Amino acid sequence: MVNSMHYVILGAGPAGVTAAETIRAHDKTATLTLIGGEPEPPYSRMAIPYLLHGSINEHGTYLRQDDNHYNALNVNYKHGFAERLDPQNKQVHLKGGEAVSYDKLLLAVGASPISPPIPGADLPGVHNCWTLADAREILKLADKNAPVVLVGAGFIGSIVLEALYQRGCRLTVVEIAPRMVARMMDETAGGMLGDWCVAKGVDVVTDTRVEEISTTSGGADLAVRLSNRNLIPAKLVVMAAGVKPNTAFLDGSGVELGQGIKVNNFLETTAPDVYAAGDCCEGIDLSTGKPDMLAIQPVAVEHGRIAGKNMAGIKTPHEGSLNMNVLDTMGLISSSFGLWQGTPGGTTASLTDSSKFKYLKLNFEDDRLIGAQCVGMTDHVGMLRGLIQTGFRMGEWKDKLIESPELLREAYLAVAQGATISGPTGPRVSTPVVD
Amino acid sequence: MQKALVIDPGKCTGCKQCEMACSYEKDNEFNVAKSRIRVFEFHEDGKFVPYTCTQCAEAWCQQACPVNAITTDAASGVKLVHDNLCVGCKVCTIACPFGTVNYNSTTGKVIKCDLCFGEPACEAACPTDAITYQDIDQTGFDKMKMWAKQSADGAEPSGPNPPVAH
Repeated sequence: MVNSMHYVILGAGPAGVTAAETIRAHDKTATLTLIGGEPEPPYSRMAIPYLLHGSINEHGTYLRQDDNHYNALNVNYKHGFAERLDPQNKQVHLKGGEAVSYDKLLLAVGASPISPPIPGADLPGVHNCWTLADAREILKLADKNAPVVLVGAGFIGSIVLEALYQRGCRLTVVEIAPRMVARMMDETAGGMLGDWCVAKGVDVVTDTRVEEISTTSGGADLAVRLSNRNLIPAKLVVMAAGVKPNTAFLDGSGVELGQGIKVNNFLETTAPDVYAAGDCCEGIDLSTGKPDMLAIQPVAVEHGRIAGKNMAGIKTPHEGSLNMNVLDTMGLISSSFGLWQGTPGGTTASLTDSSKFKYLKLNFEDDRLIGAQCVGMTDHVGMLRGLIQTGFRMGEWKDKLIESPELLREAYLAVAQGATISGPTGPRVSTPVVD
Repeated sequence: MQKALVIDPGKCTGCKQCEMACSYEKDNEFNVAKSRIRVFEFHEDGKFVPYTCTQCAEAWCQQACPVNAITTDAASGVKLVHDNLCVGCKVCTIACPFGTVNYNSTTGKVIKCDLCFGEPACEAACPTDAITYQDIDQTGFDKMKMWAKQSADGAEPSGPNPPVAH
């Protein structure tokens, strides 16, 4: 039988690539087109910091290491940039005039850096750290001892910070919020990260905005004027002020937008046969059951897999994704999971040792773990995800943890013992049973 | 035939020979902190529970890896971390809901159990047969499937994990 189905995937990040692989696993003969907005093979933005500090080359950032991967899957990978979607005629119009017809379309178009309205933000020497092209520009300027100003100390900013520190740059970090990683961790954890950075020789300036970037007289160097009136010299300014979903090309298409592309439980948009996945869409947050923008790699992969299955005709509801992050700040490793802020009616357990940069905070609702934060602890941290994701009732172990949060691992084993936690696509695992 | 580690905590005496053997096999040093298998102690009950990766069929760690550094060995089903590709981003350590992928700050890479390519050092070192290495069909898979069905049916949220430790 001839299969004339044409799947088109716009965007070749983790969501798009995973969706392509998932569709191919379920439909061996359909035509599959994967359109990437950048010239390189599909790569991971998450790997860029490691390219900057020299531990990998560009190939090491590629999502799939086998260069023949897309050919082997019979996926037509091409470069193109969507300018307009026409759901009535089932066509995507690309820059340059080409129109691509689809039977089913996935919007996995990701997000782009926000450009804050700072005079001078368009000067040479001011760069985002988002694409491989950005990374190449940064590598030209981020020499050992080069003065660098990093604008933004959120999650992405903090990862970039690590890379620039590893390169030996002299760093000043300017953050508008009162602390680092304000959307990932609380005052205690964010404060520890800030103290750690200062101890490592990084200048962290919080509660401060960049007013203007200008060129210094006679040189290619920059000067960054802050709202606290300080003027910081810089050879390079890296902007990490947040990201926004790439949805502008959907204006007028009939695809409903909120903060991002609106989707139902099957990751379908409001346009027929158009799905969305990853950083560009509002997927369900497992913790709240409500749509939210969870722009992280593991969620993009989950979305890609679920959207791919639904597109291939296997009805698969998205139950929700867990918000989680892990960060290495010059050797101090921190992570947060789920409702790390806690809830009004909930209880918390915490362990704080500021002198040793150690922190563990657990948030419960009833006797279930719903959120957690860690600083300076890495062993078996995934158990936190396991407990939150499954919603296991912890019974008496909740009280034990409030007394002694360091018993977390034992609590996990006692609560999850013998239980099967289903894997991303099927259960095949078991924890040991304590008799 | 795929094989799996089968752990019987009832036979574990907490001697930690498995941890020593693992760290020696993998890192050439006796350092239980670097062992891929860990023995957890339940002081109140005098119980010990060895714990390591179960080599999920479709593994969360593998799916979360941004650079394809975790692959499946076709013959054994083992999930392998490739040190030459691992960038040390640690996303797998938070993605694995079992907490069995850990970060090694000495190497800047993540570590997990790889069943020692078919000859697990922990199993060889265990003096009480608390850790055995068996054909996968004999490892209580039916029981796991039963739990899985219960979980999937959502019949009893606490079904798979009746309270034990008192």
